[in-house]
Amino acid sequence: MAAPKILMQRGLDRPDDGHTLEAYEAAGGYRSLRKALGMDRVAIVEEVKKSGLRGRGGAGFPTGTKWGFIPRDSEKPKYLVCNSDESEPGTFKDRWLLERDPHAVLEGMAIASVAIGAKLAFNYFRGEFSFPLRRFQAAVDEAYAKGYLGKGIMGSDVDLDMVVHFGAGAYIAGEETGLLESLEGKKAMPRNKPPFPAVEGLFQCPTVINNTETLAVVPWIVEHGGDEYARWGTEKSRGTKMWSCSGPINRPGVYEVELGVDLMEFLENECGGMMEGVGLKALVPGGSSVPIMTVGMCVGAKMDYEGLRAAGSMVGSGGFIVIGDHASIPDCLHNLAHFYTHESCGQCTPCREGCGWIEQLVGRLLDGRGTQADLEQILRLSDAMAGKTICALADALAWPAISYIQRFPEEFAALCPEPVDMDALTAAVDRHKHVLPAA
Amino acid sequence: MLSPGGIERVDRIVARYPRPLAAMLPVLWVVQEERGWISPGAMEWVAERLGTSPAKVQAVVSFYTMFDDRPVGKHKLQVCRTLSCELMGARRIVDHLRERLGIEPGETTADGTFTLQEVECLASCGTAPMMQCNLKFYEHLTPERVDALLAELRSREPEWEDVDPVVYERPSDAEFRAMMPEAT
Repeated sequence: MAAPKILMQRGLDRPDDGHTLEAYEAAGGYRSLRKALGMDRVAIVEEVKKSGLRGRGGAGFPTGTKWGFIPRDSEKPKYLVCNSDESEPGTFKDRWLLERDPHAVLEGMAIASVAIGAKLAFNYFRGEFSFPLRRFQAAVDEAYAKGYLGKGIMGSDVDLDMVVHFGAGAYIAGEETGLLESLEGKKAMPRNKPPFPAVEGLFQCPTVINNTETLAVVPWIVEHGGDEYARWGTEKSRGTKMWSCSGPINRPGVYEVELGVDLMEFLENECGGMMEGVGLKALVPGGSSVPIMTVGMCVGAKMDYEGLRAAGSMVGSGGFIVIGDHASIPDCLHNLAHFYTHESCGQCTPCREGCGWIEQLVGRLLDGRGTQADLEQILRLSDAMAGKTICALADALAWPAISYIQRFPEEFAALCPEPVDMDALTAAVDRHKHVLPAA
Repeated sequence: MLSPGGIERVDRIVARYPRPLAAMLPVLWVVQEERGWISPGAMEWVAERLGTSPAKVQAVVSFYTMFDDRPVGKHKLQVCRTLSCELMGARRIVDHLRERLGIEPGETTADGTFTLQEVECLASCGTAPMMQCNLKFYEHLTPERVDALLAELRSREPEWEDVDPVVYERPSDAEFRAMMPEAT
């Protein structure tokens, strides 16, 4: 039996008004919040733990566990923050949810707030999300008018306010502690951890930060139970996941499938296969930060956290970028190196300098002035960046840099005027490939 | 510095947050919407209002790419250049705009009508290539659609309230092929 559509129902059933409170309630919306208000807070967290739900923003951390870190005895206010700073290249699933089903996100935020004891919740939108933001703000206004937000929500003794916040253009604000800095009115420079946000987050108070998609799943879990959610997916990757698909395919868009589906079947069935006349050259399955896959790696790969690791990449944010045989892999790397150079916040030297150097070195290769030494330098730099900075932005370029060269060495070698010693290049890759995510 | 309505909006925004400083980004947005850009004088005003120093405000303004610390054109065209858009023809769109407007990315036309910028991923990868004009998305662009849009924009003032994305019909395979880069 196929997994149910947990996240993408109303937006598809009622494309014209699925975002309204009326449509959401007609489909059973806000029953879960009512149910959660009658539950013990610990029981809500337990239900989410049982579901096996993992964070859909990129890191895949178990959501219930994260909620469980909030100290119960703390006198400080607690905050719930929804991360709608969707900026990972290739990712547009949160935008889909916020535009078409904002009340699911809102209800998930409300339940999470009840579970951790937060009386104030924030939804942080990237500054470019004017339209999703208006949709969500309208949902918040509807919820206030109906008494689902404010004092004594749904007639309970629980108060909950919600603030819709928006950024102003910064990829790094999507990193959870960078987001907190931004929300406090500062440059979005990620913080050293520990302390983790659950202990000292927003305004030094206990804070849970969850991705938009993660929170949108929560109402379903509360309504149907964690065990029911855990029935779907694989042993360690439970449930369904949204994938944003782009590139030269016949049906780009957002698709929700059970975790663990076969990658090539997904490409054929959901994405509609490759555009006519374009062959599959490579795939970046989880947003621009994850290692690239060759066609050989795609065959037989399963789309879940463990399956994609075993195949040499990651689920990441679910940004499924298909690269056709019309594209140049070094060009793709240059495009991404420019992105990470532009988006590095600049506080850690390996990232601030390393990203720029990689962009310049790949640029030199593309100009036909590159050498074997340049290729090896890119690998060395990546090694010197990954895992050596406050946040993972440096890793997010190091992984593409190493994997693009490792998996498409001929394309890089072909750019060099002097012949490249491929054995020596392979040996260099082997020295540095330890920084790639392990299976 | 701001209109009475703007000041009222600022007051309402500041009241929503546990600390005034947290209202920094939304307040800067109000300033930019009313005045078109954020001047040094405006930064001083914001600093005073939020109880911080002008230097801190300037740091924030310069950090976030959507804030303009100098005047920009009436219509700010921001073409997404990141991977998915590049794969489907973003460079072709940028080249077309350069040619039509006679300016390079980062520049403003002499008459102050258009500013052209290349920006990073705008979460419209499935409807690439695309651009943002002020706060509104235009998705599934082709050079022909860009021409029609430029003509429309020349004839009207910027629209700040209407932010509904314009998603054109998916270009044909042939249209895509004419825009997509060739492997080097």
